[in-house]
Amino acid sequence: MTTITSDIPRHGAPENANEVETEQLATGCEAIAEAIRLADVDVMAAYPIRPYDGVMQAAAKLIANGKMDVEYIVADGEHSQFEIVKHACAVGSRVFVGSSGVGWFYAFEAIAVTAGLRLPVVAICGNRALDDPGAFGCEHNDALAVRDLGWLLCWAETAQESLDFALTAWKVGEDKRVSLPVAIGLDGAFLTHSQQIVMIPTQAAVNSFLPKFDLGDRLLHPDNPITIAPQVDQDWLMEIRMQNDQAMRNALGVITEAHTEFKRLFGRGGDNPFLDEFMTDDAEIVFLGQGTLSLPMKVAIRRLRKQGHKVGLVRLKWFRPFPTADIVRSLSRFKAVGVIDRDYSFGSPYYGGVLYNEIRSALYSAPKRPVVVGFIAALGGREIEQPMAMEMFEKTMAAASGELTSGDVCHWIGVRK
Amino acid sequence: MKDLVEKKAANEVETEEGSITIEIVYRGIFQKTLAQRIARSIVLAARKRGHTGTAFGRYGDSPERNGVPAKYFAVVAINELELESSMAKYEPAVVDVSIVVDDTLVKGVESWAWYGRQPIWKPVRSDGFVVVTSEKTPDEVLAQTDAAERPYTLAVVPGLASFAGLWVFKDDHTDYRVLGALARLVPDWVRLEDVQALIREQTKEGSAADSAQHGFDATVVRAVAPGEGTSGHEVLQFDKPGWTTMRPGIIVDARKPGERNPYYKKYGARTLRPVVNFDTCIKCTMCWLDCPDECFEVTAEGHYEVVYEACIGCGICAAVCPVKDCIVMVDEMKFTDNKDTWALWKSDHDAYNRWFEEMAGVPADPKGVAARAADAPVGTPTVSHDAASGGDD
Ligand code: SF4
Ligand code: SF4
Repeated sequence: MTTITSDIPRHGAPENANEVETEQLATGCEAIAEAIRLADVDVMAAYPIRPYDGVMQAAAKLIANGKMDVEYIVADGEHSQFEIVKHACAVGSRVFVGSSGVGWFYAFEAIAVTAGLRLPVVAICGNRALDDPGAFGCEHNDALAVRDLGWLLCWAETAQESLDFALTAWKVGEDKRVSLPVAIGLDGAFLTHSQQIVMIPTQAAVNSFLPKFDLGDRLLHPDNPITIAPQVDQDWLMEIRMQNDQAMRNALGVITEAHTEFKRLFGRGGDNPFLDEFMTDDAEIVFLGQGTLSLPMKVAIRRLRKQGHKVGLVRLKWFRPFPTADIVRSLSRFKAVGVIDRDYSFGSPYYGGVLYNEIRSALYSAPKRPVVVGFIAALGGREIEQPMAMEMFEKTMAAASGELTSGDVCHWIGVRK
Repeated sequence: MKDLVEKKAANEVETEEGSITIEIVYRGIFQKTLAQRIARSIVLAARKRGHTGTAFGRYGDSPERNGVPAKYFAVVAINELELESSMAKYEPAVVDVSIVVDDTLVKGVESWAWYGRQPIWKPVRSDGFVVVTSEKTPDEVLAQTDAAERPYTLAVVPGLASFAGLWVFKDDHTDYRVLGALARLVPDWVRLEDVQALIREQTKEGSAADSAQHGFDATVVRAVAPGEGTSGHEVLQFDKPGWTTMRPGIIVDARKPGERNPYYKKYGARTLRPVVNFDTCIKCTMCWLDCPDECFEVTAEGHYEVVYEACIGCGICAAVCPVKDCIVMVDEMKFTDNKDTWALWKSDHDAYNRWFEEMAGVPADPKGVAARAADAPVGTPTVSHDAASGGDD
């Protein structure tokens, strides 16, 4: 893609004292490719499935144009693709991988073992509905499937945040206190394939943010004879799982540190590493969601504010680790919360979405709890249109004034009868 | 259909003063790079004056099919806030400008992600712009465009349809001329000096910036009032089912052998259409066998006639037909309907052949067989086979 400003040759990590931050018109996928270049990734594995394949194309272009040097391995399928980066990571490579929808699911054995091995693979999940039926649009169930495995999981809102989260992902995932894989959710189409203005940081700034990857004595190397993943059975497994649990607990603090440093260096990232609040200061009710659905909701909120309604938005940036304390602190201020799930969890409590039930669970022991209403919306990438936002507003208001009973707390929005 | 109308009503209120939405309607694959370049350049030119913007293709169009109508969008806004209402969308319901980079698209567009042919001006707001690249006059273009429901301005940018491909960009300056035309039509959003400055950054070719100037100067503009245009195009509607009316298990009705799906019409992909000379046809079945879309029906006399509603205009039938000029591919803009033609040939050979010659530009009777037959004594058999067998010389 064409750079707006000067075309500075970039070859991996070497810095250029004259380099300045540049501006590009780039898709979320292209922004991720820039992050791969800036992070000086050693190995990336690829297998095409849309919308993730936008990253493949953008990275291939950077390589072809001589701007990036990375071992780019095209696999025979997603399972091999994720296995390749897992192994490369074990021998000390900084790695990148990604997929979408059922492609992500085809890689699932590799995805599960990567977290068990504590290998900090960074992946994007270009969110796509799970086939069948064939559908390219965005649903979050693909990425959400890693939620119990020990993967960190975050969702970006813009192309800029995609780049910023990717750089943060390597920093946090590779940190010895965490050493876990990180998945970044990118809403298919709206983020992966929409071109926006993105600031591309300098190599020098990225190098000062992102240390070299160092596995220490866990490096698989002839000079460091180790065996990875022997059979353990019941004798060792609980202790191993407990280590993962501890690492995930540590991740909250490490993300906070990384966020502070990122903000100092690049001036972006908002006030809170986990939540992005919009017009919440005096809000009585708020919506809560992940990814790009914040954009139409912000338009709706500005409109409702003009009519005098005290309404705001809380966008959840990190789903794993779940920022329970921040969620409780934030949401306790409101009368009601309308959780918008771009996912489903058939047969779950109250037939709500995944996010809805996580939020309710987080609030259970809070001294002061808002009413929580659930909305299943925008599945298959359906757009959030303004009438849908108004319907959700009315239902959340009704909940705030106690008009909705517990049997009436989850709603499907915008479904043809 | 109903939800499209509602969606439109809901978004009409939404049209923001602080932004402009421009769509580019193009032929899938063949013109993808062109459409993308125009959309990106609109945003990048706007950056020069501090505006912001976004550019995106219609996700449902892809993976694109050759020639199937597709869309790309550019939104420019005075600031991030104004841009937000245009983000996270597949397709803006209302646009200020529609740029059509192949004039045959004015007959209406039907992408494979849509439900029926739509007038080209369908998403254009009242008093908006339809910009067409064409060698034809605005009146000729309008004659093939659906009758307007709202007033708009038709602008014709002189030039043939550019087939700037997916992988290789054929730089014939269509993008620069279109950008120049935009600078003339919506100067508050696209300024000629910004466009030319951008072009000079992108290419060393001095003539490129001149092409933008040419687009600015040579574009022909015509106001279109409601009712102007043709009422000849088919209106096709499809009602999407609801969750209570669909069968479980993701099942839709299929057709029995021999039946055609009334919703599956792909002529919107066509820039050329085949016309058949039934006099020289030797009934060899090649066209019928090789047409990828099973467009041919066997007539009562064993000829093969094209069902134009199904024909995508790929030209394979004309390529495989063994008889010279028996199937000729003709500019789609010469036709105003999709009617079958064999019935006319059957009822009036001469009228049909005159029509064939006018459309195809080749003689209907290359060997003068009909003339000789007319001179010959009664009873002398006229074997159309003779006329055809030597037809490839
Ligand atoms: S051009 Fe000929 S072969 Fe191609 S779709 Fe039309 S009838 Fe069939
Ligand atoms: S291929 Fe040509 S000659 Fe053969 S049946 Fe078709 S139109 Fe007739």
